[in-house]
Amino acid sequence: MSAVETKVQEAKPLLSKKDRALLVDPLSDNNPITIQVLGICSALAVTTQLKPTMVMAISVMAVVVLSNFVVSLIRNLIPSRIRIIVQLTIISILVILVDQLLQAYVYDVSKQLSVFVGLIITNCIVMGRLEAFAMANKPGPSILDAIGNSAGYAWIILAVAFARELFGSGKLFGFQVIPDAFYEMGYVNNGLMLIPAGALFVIAIIIWIQRSINQKFEEA
Amino acid sequence: MFLAADLISIFVKSIFVDNMIFAYFLGMCSYLAVSKNVKTAIGLGAAVVFVLGITVPINWLLLNTVLKEGSLAWISPSFAEVDLTFLAFIMFIATIASMTQLVEMVIEKVSPALYGSLGIFLPLIAVNCSILGGSLFMQERDYTLSEATVFGLGSGVGWLIAIVAIAAIRMKIRYSDVPKPLRGLGITFIITGLMGIAFMSFLGINL
Repeated sequence: MSAVETKVQEAKPLLSKKDRALLVDPLSDNNPITIQVLGICSALAVTTQLKPTMVMAISVMAVVVLSNFVVSLIRNLIPSRIRIIVQLTIISILVILVDQLLQAYVYDVSKQLSVFVGLIITNCIVMGRLEAFAMANKPGPSILDAIGNSAGYAWIILAVAFARELFGSGKLFGFQVIPDAFYEMGYVNNGLMLIPAGALFVIAIIIWIQRSINQKFEEA
Repeated sequence: MFLAADLISIFVKSIFVDNMIFAYFLGMCSYLAVSKNVKTAIGLGAAVVFVLGITVPINWLLLNTVLKEGSLAWISPSFAEVDLTFLAFIMFIATIASMTQLVEMVIEKVSPALYGSLGIFLPLIAVNCSILGGSLFMQERDYTLSEATVFGLGSGVGWLIAIVAIAAIRMKIRYSDVPKPLRGLGITFIITGLMGIAFMSFLGINL
């Protein structure tokens, strides 16, 4: 999360206030996962370990940014009746490219992610940003919006993966971080974190924290 | 007889053990958005069963007659080495998008009453992860045609059960004193997690 923040801060002088809002808002106030409730589908299943989650976050980022850019370029040429099909075609071409690249360079991770790479196509964040932003805005702002939203998505799933890998198997990126002495004293890994339900609890806690800090998001 | 037992096993497994929502989180977006009351949940669930039941076998046919290596040999032997499986994503999603469109048109013509209750959900379904997920799992697990059909229907029914159950719970929970920041989304996640744990008790079952 901190890496993302510093990047945004460095870029500050380059961007107008509006552009900065496009980048920063999705990180917390308009987060795609916790506020807009998009892209939960593939977000949770891949988060048992940090490494595949990282790959997933980067893949989603690439697809969102590129598809937002392309759709925004041709937005005036797309007839609105068939826009969903056009968008899906663009997205699936990009996802096929991502999938082929993953299979070529990080085969083991690609096997681990299995169907979830393909499911980026129906990840609601991609479609949601295309519909809500790229169809109505110029390429420049569309790219910023895409970067902001995918970064918002990325830090949530990385946070979930961090908690799940740390408490579930005592490791980070596959390296053991909880010392053996702890285990000898009777510390036990929390198996709940490794089952699918663990992801739901972690994300519920993130939402709980966020809404306690910022009460305007509370639902009646 | 052996085949029938096999199919029933796949059907039950895809409903309970490999439930789309509780084991793979597929279709969570519409699951969270459309689970505020039971009636609409049943409508969307029925549409999902329907679309999964037809798209999985159609995509199976597509995969095995056009895309897989060697499957184009029926056109001419020189095509025997063509492997188009990398096009699977785009073909699957095209099938799903056009099938939902087609189904919507057919229902509108044949049964306006059903269209009234189901129609608004059909466009939503094209981007429901569980539909594409069904086809991708079918490809990964190498099912036969009959297995694929049964798997599609079973996953759909599993999804229907999940969304109807959560909708019913959400209607009840309105009267409970949930901590304010958890209301709505947060508590729904926690309930889904608990239901997932309950569904895990089906794990060891072998039919």
